[in-house]
Amino acid sequence: MPEPLDAPDEGERRDGQPADAGTASDGGGVTDQAEQPDAPRRAIVDEASDPGTIGWRELVRDFVKPGRAQVVFAAILLVLGLAVAMQVRTLASETDYSTLRHDDLVQMLDDLTAESRRLEAEIADLEATRTRLQSGVDSERVAREEAQRRLDVLAILGGTAPAQGQGVRITINDPQRKVTAELLLNTIEELRDAGAEVMAINGTVRVVASTWFSSDAQGLLAAGQRISRPIIIEVIGDPHALTEAVRFSGGLVSEVEDDRIGGTVTVVSDDKVTITAVVAAPDNRYAKPA
Amino acid sequence: MFAIVGLIIGIALGIYLEPTLPAGLQPYLPIAIVAALDALFGGFRAYLERTFDDKVFVVSFSSNVLIAAVIVWIGDQIGVGSQLSTAVVVVLGIRIFTNAAAIRRALFHA
Repeated sequence: MPEPLDAPDEGERRDGQPADAGTASDGGGVTDQAEQPDAPRRAIVDEASDPGTIGWRELVRDFVKPGRAQVVFAAILLVLGLAVAMQVRTLASETDYSTLRHDDLVQMLDDLTAESRRLEAEIADLEATRTRLQSGVDSERVAREEAQRRLDVLAILGGTAPAQGQGVRITINDPQRKVTAELLLNTIEELRDAGAEVMAINGTVRVVASTWFSSDAQGLLAAGQRISRPIIIEVIGDPHALTEAVRFSGGLVSEVEDDRIGGTVTVVSDDKVTITAVVAAPDNRYAKPA
Repeated sequence: MFAIVGLIIGIALGIYLEPTLPAGLQPYLPIAIVAALDALFGGFRAYLERTFDDKVFVVSFSSNVLIAAVIVWIGDQIGVGSQLSTAVVVVLGIRIFTNAAAIRRALFHA
């Protein structure tokens, strides 16, 4: 017969039925022999405030003055404490998997496999994204380098940036001040024909596409600036070709050293001609990039 | 008095000596502990009702623990180990509550 979980034993006990006490679990150390004589006694004295059970006073007395029963209890409690401590320590120190059952482990393994597959897919996605971004960065870098290269070329061509390189330094000594703007312009054109890349006059006037030459009563003007004598033209380009561009018959040298002008021209090659004169880039009023 | 001392000594031994159970017996220790708890409550109830017998107590304690472990072991062998251990825990839990109710009535008359 199963024991009542929380039966109304009060009534049962009054009836003298040993139901809850008698079958008080095999752990209860209750024997049938002990039960049979016990039940009637308890039933009889039940009215007298339950002397059948041990009350608090007796419990405290037994607790302070231990008997054999308590020694047995102590031994059992020792074993129990040992077991609980072992179990708690095992749970705390070991992985939780050793005590799990087959099905749980399989389920867990499945979960982990699915999770790792999902994460691998995510890794592949992210790596593809990274590759895409990387190539984007690369192509952007190439484009920027190309743009920078073109900017450098155009800055030198437009005269907005200093430049250096091998070239020649042409010095025109003109004591009678007879060198004309036309001669100077022709010389510049000849030098351009010979592949001059950067030119400057007296270190102050950068010769660009819009540079103009003229002369007035006081002397020569280039792009609005007065040109003092001696005139020094610094040119970056192939020194040999540039030298030839001024030495040919009918060129600068022959014109200046002619009796009509009576000056001298010296042409010096230099491995490193540095031109620091620049022009300010004007803002275009009409032209826009097409 | 001895009971408390015994419990403390047992816990201390378990903590400091670090005894280990063979791996094969490991899964049955929790069930054995629950069975031991049941036996303890039963024993205390019997003591309160003046029907305590130490020999019966020791034998029933041992057999309870053993039977609980064996039931679960058999369950493991035939593939219903988790269900059987749940069943054992439920049954022992019911018994523990029943015994606790009896102890409560004996001590508090309530």
